[in-house]
Amino acid sequence: MTFVSIFYGLLFWAATLVLVVGVGRKIYLYATIPAPLKIPTTPAPVTQVGVVGRMFREVVLFESLFRANKYTWLFAFMFHMALWLVLLRHTRYFMDMNSLLSFIQPFGKYASFAMVFGLAGLWARRLLVDRVRYISAPSDHLMLALLIGIGLSGMMMTFVSPTDITMVKGFFRGLMTFDFHPLPASPILLVHLFLVALLMLIFPISKLLHAPGVFFSPTRNQVDNPREKRHIAAWALALEKNKQSDRNEVKHG
Amino acid sequence: MADYEVPKLNGEGYIQIPKIKPGAMAGKGPFIAKPDFQKALNFPADFQADGAGKFELVPDWKDRALNKLDDLRHRYRSLQLYLDICVKCGACTDKCHYYVGTHDPKNMPVARQDLLRKVYRRYFTFAGKHFPKLVGAVDLTEEVVDDWYNYYHQCSQCRRCSVYCPYGIDTAEVSMAAREILDHIGRGSKYNNEIISKVFKVGNNLGLPQPALADTLEGLEEDVEADTGIKVRFPLDEEGAEVLLVTPSADFFAEPHVDGLMGYAKVFHEAGISWTLSSYASEGANFGMFIGSYENMRRIALRIREAAIKLKVKRIVFGECGHAWRVAYSFLNTLAGPFDFLDPKYPVPQHILEVTWGLIQNGKLVIDKTQNDDKVLTFHDSCNVARGSRMGDKPGGQFEYPRNVIKAVCNHFVDMPADTIHDATYCCGGGGGLLTDDLMELRIKGAQPRMEALKYVTEQQGVTHMAAICAICKSQFTKVIPYYGFKMDQIVSVHQLVSKALVLQRPVSVQARPDDDDEDDENDDA
Repeated sequence: MTFVSIFYGLLFWAATLVLVVGVGRKIYLYATIPAPLKIPTTPAPVTQVGVVGRMFREVVLFESLFRANKYTWLFAFMFHMALWLVLLRHTRYFMDMNSLLSFIQPFGKYASFAMVFGLAGLWARRLLVDRVRYISAPSDHLMLALLIGIGLSGMMMTFVSPTDITMVKGFFRGLMTFDFHPLPASPILLVHLFLVALLMLIFPISKLLHAPGVFFSPTRNQVDNPREKRHIAAWALALEKNKQSDRNEVKHG
Repeated sequence: MADYEVPKLNGEGYIQIPKIKPGAMAGKGPFIAKPDFQKALNFPADFQADGAGKFELVPDWKDRALNKLDDLRHRYRSLQLYLDICVKCGACTDKCHYYVGTHDPKNMPVARQDLLRKVYRRYFTFAGKHFPKLVGAVDLTEEVVDDWYNYYHQCSQCRRCSVYCPYGIDTAEVSMAAREILDHIGRGSKYNNEIISKVFKVGNNLGLPQPALADTLEGLEEDVEADTGIKVRFPLDEEGAEVLLVTPSADFFAEPHVDGLMGYAKVFHEAGISWTLSSYASEGANFGMFIGSYENMRRIALRIREAAIKLKVKRIVFGECGHAWRVAYSFLNTLAGPFDFLDPKYPVPQHILEVTWGLIQNGKLVIDKTQNDDKVLTFHDSCNVARGSRMGDKPGGQFEYPRNVIKAVCNHFVDMPADTIHDATYCCGGGGGLLTDDLMELRIKGAQPRMEALKYVTEQQGVTHMAAICAICKSQFTKVIPYYGFKMDQIVSVHQLVSKALVLQRPVSVQARPDDDDEDDENDDA
């Protein structure tokens, strides 16, 4: 067992822990902080089923972004959809191959081009459009660099300099049962994995929180029924309790 | 007209997205509220003007600002979430009318949010505490507070950005929170807070006391009688009326607002619905929303509940007012409900257009559309009605109802270009607590996108008048459109059009006073 393998094993355990605990904490926060007022951006669905549909269109089709800017939508949509295919393909490193996984392998492989192309398009906008350049912090550029780095290093292994994926699978399946297995000594693989671990580590403290966050956005997830159903937050109800005496006075006085 | 730099219209109906011009709208912001006004709203008032007449911040302002931010992000999920999840994609950057009109990049919605977000990051996030430069986090300084005050008063909280954001981030939520923080450190806006204190003292934004209001309404009764020969009532504080009408106080005297009020009165008269205004709750517009203060918004809203109980009405109806309708439709049940003491047959509250359109559909009103044949109408969707409320049962009813009513009372109607109406509508440029003369330059520039659209339909389709259903829109447009070469009286109330076309059939009001009965007559079917 090499030092590098142990280092990477520990790194991925730590990164997974940070990702799960960090994002879990944020989700808990978003789920428990009340939205005291009804603020769906209208026209909004008037039923819960309608809200599910709206959210589906938002997270799958990027409906609002499509209305906003066709270039940003195109690049973002390409990147995200390709990312899903690539991620699905990568589940082969954590579970036994099956026919579905085999089927999507080529799609996942070639999706990487769309993924990197989409990211490059987004970066070009960030650099070339004066408005978007103005709002970009260094971290916004670095995030794109990180994702492109992950994409390119992965593509290198897929298309240029293959690595021993059986060993990689052994390594990750080992980690899942708290058992160390060696990684292949491939520099590209080590770069790829390091960047992935970094991405997992910064996920809960960065704008990547948009992924779980969008589901909690009150302008998108609220039902438009304020007249039919009284919506009130616990802290607002407490205000009412304090003032109950003078309300009663009004009612009976 | 004072001299302002007025944007040039291109006549194409759409706007050119301008290049950024940093610092274009740098400045001091609107006048600052005196400690007295702050006290009336239960905000800290432990600050005063220095020798030069400039207001200082409260002692320990930095801690108090950060504490307030921390408090708000735990009370409003929108704030916490929206500060966290923006990815800076730029979708919103060209959507704000103030950015379009001023070219100042801090008027791009995301950049406006960033003014608060970068402080949030510095003090409340791991990345901002340890790597501030990397993530664009900054310390809270007096310069930052000045920027907040200036640029959070260049947001009309119109929510257009929230339509286009892939996560629904609503800059209005951020700017409301920012104003709430500013109110806690001695930086309230005079315009908003003075008005709110008038509501608490007198009952309406204009500070119009009961006798003056009664006098005004009596004058309106005389005007309508002189015009139509029929005594249409404008009742005030009449116990036992069916409807409590809550309308923006501008409806009592401003043009073209007051013509709208006459329209409501005629509609109620014709339908035989007894109604009343309340001197205690004589204000529809709830400025508590503008300053993001739940407590003040609630205090104002409770007046309506109290008036409804005291006057023993069965229904609450709101007049034409955009922000009023958002607070009424979306928040009233939350702030001042439940309204279980009202007639459950009707939604609480109702919009006057819901009443009027219902009556038109049921054939209860006799309409002579030719009375409006001198006009070609278009309709300005008010931002807070379009994106923060609804009318009727179906999503989008807020777009249909006003158009249906206009088309029912006018023969000539055309819509402005599609990307400037419905939920893509532009703010008039004066909403969200900015309708003050000390922000005139901003108001003129902020009206540019709407003016482009209006010019287009004026030139291409012969539009002569633009109807609106918001007191702020009406006031803002009448003041600002002359700068763009239009005339003040081209702005009309929707119920002004109704008023013009409505043929009164009912000779005596169902609320006729005993001394009105001398005219005759027993055939009143009330």
